[in-house]
Amino acid sequence: MTDIIDARGLSCPQPVLMTLDKIKSDDKQDFTVIVDTVTSRENVLRAANSKGWEPVDMQTDGEECKITLKKK
Amino acid sequence: MTRLKNLFATQWGIITVGILIGLLATLLQKLGNPANMGICVACFERDITGAIGLHRAGVVQYIRPEIIGFVLGSLAAAYMTKDFRARTGSAPVARFVLGAFAMIGALVFLGCPWRALLRLAGGDANALLGLTGLAAGVWIGTLFLKKGYSLGRTQATHTATGWIFPLIMLGLLMLMILYPGIEGEPKNNIIFYSVKGPGSMHAPLFASLGIGLLVGALAQRSRFCTMGALRDLILFKQTHLFLGVIALVVSAFVFNIIYGQFHPGFENQPIAHSMHFWNAAGMVLAGLAFALAGGCPGRQLILSGEGDGDAAIFVLGMIAGAAFSHNFGLASSPKGIGPNGAAAVIIGLIVCLLIGFTMRKRT
Repeated sequence: MTDIIDARGLSCPQPVLMTLDKIKSDDKQDFTVIVDTVTSRENVLRAANSKGWEPVDMQTDGEECKITLKKK
Repeated sequence: MTRLKNLFATQWGIITVGILIGLLATLLQKLGNPANMGICVACFERDITGAIGLHRAGVVQYIRPEIIGFVLGSLAAAYMTKDFRARTGSAPVARFVLGAFAMIGALVFLGCPWRALLRLAGGDANALLGLTGLAAGVWIGTLFLKKGYSLGRTQATHTATGWIFPLIMLGLLMLMILYPGIEGEPKNNIIFYSVKGPGSMHAPLFASLGIGLLVGALAQRSRFCTMGALRDLILFKQTHLFLGVIALVVSAFVFNIIYGQFHPGFENQPIAHSMHFWNAAGMVLAGLAFALAGGCPGRQLILSGEGDGDAAIFVLGMIAGAAFSHNFGLASSPKGIGPNGAAAVIIGLIVCLLIGFTMRKRT
């Protein structure tokens, strides 16, 4: 079971801040971020990529997108 | 895959958008908009506020079609790419107040961040003070963000709610078409039209509207944001949006040279004053308000077009702020700051700090 960060309904830059906090703090385990705007999705992916993380799975369900990130 | 879907959100995409905005803004100046004011979201919303009589400063009254274009261009782009999301409910009243003080701060400096960049590109060195203040205000905002500042989550709402703000814009456009300005008359039956001053200087309606639509669509696709550019640079050392801002300045500078619109110096700059402290202080207030609300005025218009009701409330707050600015002597003029401008900046900073300190994420 991966950790889940729920960034739905939050505006920039909070989804990115939450993602980066997780990347900085943790044990480098995969985790999942849930966002609900395309902008947030782009921002989270761009920020994660710059820290050497990549998406291994993206599930879009209506307006929601679950991004699972993994350290490269 | 997402990259392919949105080329404008790539590094070259945002740079291209910055270049195009610089080009189109300077072109609008050539077509009749005031000097160094091809695009100014704060000034143009203020002009709209005056055109519908919410303030009576006769020199700044005109329904600016660029603003209408930004919102409707963003709406169209958002629909075409399935980005439209009707949403609202993230502390709307706080956003209204932030919008009002953002406008008050911007009108002490005399411009939104877009105009600050255009002023710099036109040689107005006073813009350096404004941009320094803007960066300082955004920096204070990032301190709050690091401490968990949040206005809370938005919620999905009726699609029709997301359409309200774009329809208000359409209503303004219809008013303008049905009640055009009468040569030499400051008012027809309904709307005020400046006969002198910046409000009387404008590109032809359909040029303004067309360029507004194009810029609105480009900014929607690329998420262009001047406040976000500084914020991401300070907070994450991320240069993505900042490259767009640099591209805008360089492009506007080059086109100003080509059009003979570049005049370097501090003194006698168009629609500007040289009270250095207040140029910076006004933009500290504006920058902090933008950072706390999550976007510069341009970005808030684009979000309003995408169905974001909270951004729409921020814009309505800006319109209220423009009315306060001119009714209460807060706005600056080329002579200097207004009689009550200094007091308003101080009150605004206190209010923004209170919002920053008291609105934290509940964990």
